[in-house]
Amino acid sequence: MERGVLIQAENLTKSFGDLLAVDHIGFQVLAGECFGFLGPNGAGKTTTMKMIECVSPLTSGRLTVAGMDVTKHATGIKRMIGVAPQEDNLDPDFTVFHNLIVYARYFEIPKAEAHRRAEELLRFAQLEEKRDVIIEQLSSGMKRRLVLARALINEPQILILDEPTTGLDPQARHLIWDKIRALQKQGVTIVLTTHYMEEAAQLCDRIVIMDSGRIVEEGRPRDLVRKHVGEEVLEVAYDEEVLRFLRNAFPEATLDVVGDRIQVFTNQPRGVFAEILSKFEFKAAMIRDANLEDVFLKLTGRRLRE
Amino acid sequence: MKATRVLSYFQVPRLSSRLWSVWRRDRDVFMKTYKVNFFPPLLEPVFYLLGLGFGLGSFVQPQEGLPYIVFIAPSLVATSMMFSSFFECTYGSFVRMYYQKTFDAIIATPVSLEEVIAAELLWGATKSLINSSIVLAVILLFRLVSSPFFLLIPPVSFLVGLLFSAIAMCFTAITPNIDSFNYPSFLFITPMFILSGTFFSIAALPQEAQLVAHVFLPLTHAVSLTRALAVGRLSASLLLDLAWFLVTTPLFFVLSINLMKKRLIK
Repeated sequence: MERGVLIQAENLTKSFGDLLAVDHIGFQVLAGECFGFLGPNGAGKTTTMKMIECVSPLTSGRLTVAGMDVTKHATGIKRMIGVAPQEDNLDPDFTVFHNLIVYARYFEIPKAEAHRRAEELLRFAQLEEKRDVIIEQLSSGMKRRLVLARALINEPQILILDEPTTGLDPQARHLIWDKIRALQKQGVTIVLTTHYMEEAAQLCDRIVIMDSGRIVEEGRPRDLVRKHVGEEVLEVAYDEEVLRFLRNAFPEATLDVVGDRIQVFTNQPRGVFAEILSKFEFKAAMIRDANLEDVFLKLTGRRLRE
Repeated sequence: MKATRVLSYFQVPRLSSRLWSVWRRDRDVFMKTYKVNFFPPLLEPVFYLLGLGFGLGSFVQPQEGLPYIVFIAPSLVATSMMFSSFFECTYGSFVRMYYQKTFDAIIATPVSLEEVIAAELLWGATKSLINSSIVLAVILLFRLVSSPFFLLIPPVSFLVGLLFSAIAMCFTAITPNIDSFNYPSFLFITPMFILSGTFFSIAALPQEAQLVAHVFLPLTHAVSLTRALAVGRLSASLLLDLAWFLVTTPLFFVLSINLMKKRLIK
């Protein structure tokens, strides 16, 4: 094992019948980093997570976690990872506190220690007031926080978060983000999947973008933005003449027509758009920072995935 | 090729003591609602004893030399073993597996799927033990038990419950949806409830039907064991009844775990 590499995949492949869900991918997750898997629905993110969690067998390739082969050391790996799945699978018959206690038993954590950790995690997840409440009565944000707390009951070295904030309102989302950052500071390695670009940009040190089972790009969020879409984006209302003009003004730029707007991406430094705007009038013109969403759409296209 | 495929359904699972953490989860849920859980097995046999035992029984000739109410009382104990374990591992397990995703949550921990299913089966057997013991207490109160061998009924109920749980889990592994449990319920459980020497002596059935009951209907053997222990009529044929369970239970236990693996591990 290379120093610092905690999860390593080589030619990792998973097929369901004829469907190739994960198609010969390779990646390395380093100890202590937050590593993101981005991709549209059906890209193979969750399938990849399930293979890391040792609940879904590989079709071919190699996958190791902390140097242990997932096909041989499932129990050892499961002991050191925490999993917060996409769908809520809390125990509806139990209270918040008892959910944590029951989960601790699966890890054979002694009772007194389980109680200590559960109380501590309730504080961490800001659920102390809901300690003895049945799950049904929690908001979706609270449930997500409890799922996160539950994933921490075994004090994992690696935390796997499958779409940790899908369906949450902004307040609840920001609270989860704070918690994830706090965990990373404590040294927990975090692997997350998301299709919110902002989430990836906010949290992840490095990301891979997946599409149709393959990794199409990888790197630091900011580097990817600079590489693929530059620093700024100019958006103006669609007009044949304006389009022609912009083509001439920015011969090396990429021009995208999206709906009734033209988007101009360029590798030139910040300020070129402001300059041209000061000389000419465009309808509904706007200069904004390029972001990961631009990269994502550029690499995975605008086709709907359903 | 074909033989290895069949054998793959009987691969002996590797289990660890971690499975008890899953059994304890199910027990905790049960204990949370114990008041609701204890009432049906307490009241249902009373209705049967009053209606069938005292009511219908006053018109019915003795069965196998026993007054009708004495004849059917142990049957109520045996049928409660069947119902409680079968429904626990069909509807109960299906809800946990499909709707609550409880199994998914557990297998993300060091507990394996094999252990989850084994624990579900042991919990089904435990439900059989609990419910049939309540029914046993009721028939004891009605003074319908005449032999101290009744003390062996609870251990028998665990074994019987384990078999019915395993059969139930096989259905759970292959059912497309929860409504399809109607098929095994009405085509397997209901006929067994009536035709296994429960409410009339099995000797009243045509020869062929008796054979079918002995070979294919587990409840026949459960009733036979329970009645013998309740009234103290011990004979060598009880060993056959017991042997029937000792052979079939491990087979279905292993089969159900492998079927569930094929359903859930993708």
